[in-house]
Amino acid sequence: MTFELMPDIILSTLLLLMAWGALYAPTRHDAMALFVAFGLVVALIWARLGAPDLALAEAAIGAGLTGVLLLQAARLLPAESASTEHRPLWFRSSLLFLLVTTAMFASMILNNNSLQLAGSGISANVTADSASLPEMVAAAMGDSGVGHPVTAVLLNFRAWDTLLELLVLLLALTGVRQLYPGVNRNQQAVANTIEQTWPLLLAWARFLAPLLVLTGGYLLWRGADGAGGAFQAGAMLAAAAVILRLTGLLPGLSWSSLLLRLAVNIGALVFLSVALATLMFGDGWLVYPVQWAGALIVAIEVFATLSIAVTLSLLVVGEPEELSA
Amino acid sequence: MSGLVVIVAWIFMIAGTVFFVTGALGLLRFPDVYSRLHAVTKTDTLGLGLLTLGLALKSGSPGTALLLFVIWLLVLASGAVNCQLLARYNLELEARAADTDELNRQGGNHDV
Repeated sequence: MTFELMPDIILSTLLLLMAWGALYAPTRHDAMALFVAFGLVVALIWARLGAPDLALAEAAIGAGLTGVLLLQAARLLPAESASTEHRPLWFRSSLLFLLVTTAMFASMILNNNSLQLAGSGISANVTADSASLPEMVAAAMGDSGVGHPVTAVLLNFRAWDTLLELLVLLLALTGVRQLYPGVNRNQQAVANTIEQTWPLLLAWARFLAPLLVLTGGYLLWRGADGAGGAFQAGAMLAAAAVILRLTGLLPGLSWSSLLLRLAVNIGALVFLSVALATLMFGDGWLVYPVQWAGALIVAIEVFATLSIAVTLSLLVVGEPEELSA
Repeated sequence: MSGLVVIVAWIFMIAGTVFFVTGALGLLRFPDVYSRLHAVTKTDTLGLGLLTLGLALKSGSPGTALLLFVIWLLVLASGAVNCQLLARYNLELEARAADTDELNRQGGNHDV
């Protein structure tokens, strides 16, 4: 065992501990705090594996915004009733899960030594099967229109996946809107305490929001050639909107406004129209013409960022009356 | 020369880590919200400062050092604001609880 392996072992152990804690914590609040910590450890692991795109997305969306969503959901739920008493069943099922995953990992490590190679610091490219994909991406980079392999895969070679991700986000917002009318209004009391914002928070929000917008724009622009992209930039902008909304600096958004509905949908709309245009006039569904690929990807990313930002901020700070119009 | 710089950088980084550990210890052991906040924010500020100082020395490039300094400033300010917010929120909760206690006591007296 090399010294290089130490942080990885510590992070993996921490991840398992956090996952166990999030599942079996005695109270709801402990479980939520541990889930957020779990997200942060996952982000660290992605960063350690050399995937800053995933690390950024996981930290911003997986840990940050999901944490806020969980806290809000907990606020709307009734006070905690008796704790879960299905421990034997839980225990057995988790034991089964553990055995199955361990067996899967063991068989993978035994059959394919790429994991061991990656662990000992030697590039996994040496093995036959796993090498073909990165090589295929590298070979096709010239036609992708962008300079970063991750962006090329997400928005060109596998653009279908990203389109479906945008649609999933839209579906999530639709689901939340369906559920909101049934919510009772004791939330109003909490909202009122936020109304009278403290001066320090106001000043900090005024300073932080432009910085977040700047970072979001940078991540969006940088996405073509490095770590970053629509989801990370959208999460940054959503964070700025949430801060401004919570401090009362941003007026409440109304679902009845055409502009808002357009902003929510425009990412998927632009993406779909590009797909249709390539289907009708080009070489097929989401196959961009090579000379236009860069411009098309940037256009899709800009509108997707807008949609992601508005959708995420509506999910987090949208009031019932704003969403159910 | 560079060997000395690396040793100094490591000393800073280890000292920073020690501050983080004491902060975590304070968070676990201190009795109320205010002392816990004190423990966490003070050690975070100083611990992260020492850590970034060590990393900046170790990087050896002025650009990276400046970047680390700006990151430290951001975390410093956000930590200070968050500490203030949590403390103030807790203070208001306590004040509200004290008010209801007072009201209950007065109500009880009237009944007697």
